[in-house]
Amino acid sequence: MAGKEGNIKVSIQGVEKKYKVRNGEVTALSGIDFDIKENEFICVIGPSGCGKSTLLNIIAGLLEPTAGRVLVDGREVHGTGIDRGVVFQQYALFPWLTVRKNVEFGLKLKGLGKKEREEVANKYLKMVELEKFANSYPKELSGGMKQRVAIARAYAMNPSVLLMDEPFGALDAQTRTQLQTELLRTWEEEHKTCFFVTHDIEEAIVLATRVVIMSARPARIKEVVDIDIPYPRDQETKMSDRFIELKNHIWSQVYQEYLAVRK
Amino acid sequence: MGKKKKNDFVSKIPKGVWLLISLIVALIVWTLLSFGKSTGRVFPNAIVVAKSIGTMIERGLLFEDIKSSLISVIAGFAIGFVTSIPVAFLMAWYRPVRFILEPWIQFIRNIPPLAYVPLVVIGVGVGRTPQIIVIWLATFLIMTVTVFQGVINVDETLIKAARVLGANDVNLFIKVIFPATTPFIITAVRLGISTALTTLIAAESTGAMAGLGMRIKALSNSYETQPMLLYIIIIGVIGMAAEKILKVVERKLTGWQEKREI
Repeated sequence: MAGKEGNIKVSIQGVEKKYKVRNGEVTALSGIDFDIKENEFICVIGPSGCGKSTLLNIIAGLLEPTAGRVLVDGREVHGTGIDRGVVFQQYALFPWLTVRKNVEFGLKLKGLGKKEREEVANKYLKMVELEKFANSYPKELSGGMKQRVAIARAYAMNPSVLLMDEPFGALDAQTRTQLQTELLRTWEEEHKTCFFVTHDIEEAIVLATRVVIMSARPARIKEVVDIDIPYPRDQETKMSDRFIELKNHIWSQVYQEYLAVRK
Repeated sequence: MGKKKKNDFVSKIPKGVWLLISLIVALIVWTLLSFGKSTGRVFPNAIVVAKSIGTMIERGLLFEDIKSSLISVIAGFAIGFVTSIPVAFLMAWYRPVRFILEPWIQFIRNIPPLAYVPLVVIGVGVGRTPQIIVIWLATFLIMTVTVFQGVINVDETLIKAARVLGANDVNLFIKVIFPATTPFIITAVRLGISTALTTLIAAESTGAMAGLGMRIKALSNSYETQPMLLYIIIIGVIGMAAEKILKVVERKLTGWQEKREI
């Protein structure tokens, strides 16, 4: 399925989401139109509560949009599907399964044999450098390690697109930068199409090919910024002039929205 | 996590020794009580009580009573367990079932079983059946409430995670909801066992021919405090033994849980 660069993987068309509340309706998302091309790493940034996660959940099929539609590989999204892998902020590992069994969970449901499952699990546990912990239970792991297992679990399903909902949001700063670097390494190898929600501007710039800035509620796409810093990137990228320039620009845009929320 | 390694004498003494110390303290208190004028009537000397084992065996009652009570407790509890699990899941899964059943479960749960024993006897007569019904009802109620709480407390993100990994409803139930609920099921079993034992007297007031609860009442009519106390201790020992077995099962089934060390 090695598609050509530039193929549209995910097409978000006129997506709108309204929630019913006690006195009427709240519009969380309105008129979202956006295409994610194959091999892109999209980071979505915006003030808290702006609906970034709502958009991710709609692509994942965990929420239905009130209007519009999402196409993945040309097929309209209705409900969840294994063509879209999701990494949650709260890790969401099954605590009663070992690390290996967690990674194999979806593979087993897919009907893969024992040997095949083991091979795939080994490959991705190696990718996140947790082979030694294959037989440990989640309770024996640190937060950062748990999230690496969750990433391996999502990768193991070989989805068309990987959706990540503030995956490093619950981690301390040091672990966070470490996982960013690891994620970069992985992405630079496979160029898996990624849709990554974060509220950390530096994180967005260091990872993304394009950064999507969302406005305050009702969330629209305010600006899409091309991150023209060449890969391979690492933490030192954050010190380059271009990085700081982009950071200042994105920060001022997000700050305006932050002020709008406060009003 | 948060495990304090204290180096005082409390942690230096092994747990088994503490149990022994606890036992000795209890025996001392018991012996002291047996010397008192009024307390001595309630707590006859430990040796005298131990001797009553022989008396009850001689009368051919001890093993008969234990057997009879165990049959009622195990049968009532087993039926309670088997019925409470599906009801609890149905209540968690389908809101109409919950809305219809929950008020009645809460209503009946707070009525002492002794209160409805006569009704049960009028309904099904004397013998084994009313005993099992009383224990079943009491254990069913407490276990349903506990398991229900467990099912509705399953972490939403785990369900989402399973869905995006391709789980259908059946997979979700077998591979996520059920294992996530096991700690609550274990707690339900624990409460169920203790409820079954505490309901024993009520259950055996249904004209039982034998049984620990029935015998305690019979002995109280003849003021035989020594065997009475013995029987009370036996009920306690049965409860302790059940708890010990459950602990082993718990470690096997829910060892994955993140627990705070106390």
